[in-house]
Amino acid sequence: MLYLLSIYQPDGPIPEPDVLARIMSELDEINRDLRATGSWVFAGGLHAPSTATVVRVKDGETLMTDGPFIEGKEHIGGFSVIKAPDLDAALEWGQRFARATGLPIEVRPFQ
Amino acid sequence: MIDPTIEKVFREEYGRAVAVLVRVCRDVDAAEEAVQDAFTAAVERWPRDGIPPSPSGWIITTARNRAIDRFRREASRDEVYAHTDRPDTIEIELDEETVRDDQLRLIFTCCHPALATEVRVALTLRLLGGLTTAEIARAFLVSESTMAQRLVRAKGKIRDARIPYRVPSADDLPARLRSVLTVVYLIFNEGYAASAGAALTRDDLCAEAIRLGRLLVELMPDEPETLGLLALMLFAASRRSTRTSPDGALVPLAEQDRASWNRELIVEGQTLVRRCLHLVRPGPYQIQAAINAVHSDASTATQTDWRQILELYDQHMTIAPSPIVALNRAVAVMEVDGPLAALSAIDGLNLDGYYLYHAIRADVLRRLERHADAACAYDMAIARTENAAEREHLQRRRAALPVLKPG
Repeated sequence: MLYLLSIYQPDGPIPEPDVLARIMSELDEINRDLRATGSWVFAGGLHAPSTATVVRVKDGETLMTDGPFIEGKEHIGGFSVIKAPDLDAALEWGQRFARATGLPIEVRPFQ
Repeated sequence: MIDPTIEKVFREEYGRAVAVLVRVCRDVDAAEEAVQDAFTAAVERWPRDGIPPSPSGWIITTARNRAIDRFRREASRDEVYAHTDRPDTIEIELDEETVRDDQLRLIFTCCHPALATEVRVALTLRLLGGLTTAEIARAFLVSESTMAQRLVRAKGKIRDARIPYRVPSADDLPARLRSVLTVVYLIFNEGYAASAGAALTRDDLCAEAIRLGRLLVELMPDEPETLGLLALMLFAASRRSTRTSPDGALVPLAEQDRASWNRELIVEGQTLVRRCLHLVRPGPYQIQAAINAVHSDASTATQTDWRQILELYDQHMTIAPSPIVALNRAVAVMEVDGPLAALSAIDGLNLDGYYLYHAIRADVLRRLERHADAACAYDMAIARTENAAEREHLQRRRAALPVLKPG
């Protein structure tokens, strides 16, 4: 069973370098554990929402808008795709990400 | 007209049967359908053939057979099903231990923290209590279609997000059990103090919550908070008939006819309180039950041992402090140390939106003979309650204040 773990990040300045370094090393550790248990599928961090473009096609015409699909105070900053036997196991990983980043994590099953 | 015996078996066995069938079918919807089919068969056959020696065994066996029939029909209609791992013969284990675990699994699934609280309540009433969607909708004052959607969505999440059907590990158990107890207590309170809704539905909710409480005690006899919650509900239920006058007016604890309290429920509650004290793992439900036990010991309101109640509230504030507990503690403070001490215990609590805060404050001010302030506090309380009986009670109290001299 695959789950998408999305990390929601507030817009604004990034944390101080030493704080960021600590978060990064904790994320590395979680990713190592994900790989060691065969749960790791894919993971990645994203550039700022201001770098996003939304593409729509209407009546055969392509329309592009600058910026994220939903304007808000938080955006997906990164995500992991993990393999887990059930929701409890996926939430366990989610909890670790939340603890490491101090950010809310959305856990959502794949079809 | 449904046979009362079948009705009784339905109430008692529905949740058990669904719990077993969820394990067998590995799907909540299929389990529910099979159990409903079995009860439909019972309604047809039992009046004609007589009640079987083991009604619960009959229901589960029939439900299992219906589930197998359904799998076979689906398999022959749809090739895809033929290749799934769905069993076409099901060995059903019905030993007590397995059924007990099935029931626990179902309870913990219904009360999983990944589901919203109101969803947990609805699922628990539906799957464990066998209440119809219409009954649950009525009890919670939402339309039947809203409730039906809520249940479909919840079952969809259990299936698609794969909420596990299992008893939580020892590490997770305390938090998960709290969620279960909260759900049961919410059901009870909705029945006990419902802001609206038909009286019959409310009685059903109280009875269902107590039934679930008894089941939890049976399944987890060494969890003291489970015992505490059941005791707390039993004490509240013991006073239920004296809580309102024949014309529907609210009667406060001090003015209730104690001779009419249900002794049987009180004795059961007191036995449970003693049982949890022996486990020496205090918790909020146990302490609230113990406070209720002290009230039930007093044959008149003036004989109440308020000092002991105050000690229990102090203990509550130590292990699980909250403004609501502090507010209730102030009532005991008033009885032990007088209204001035109570007022200083109340002032500064951040509960402006809560009608009881103002109602208790009004009572304290009345005792201090600050009648104008008391009237003002009663007005604040009246403005903050939706419940008609509560409101009338507060209005009577306000009207009973000595007439204020003009100027």
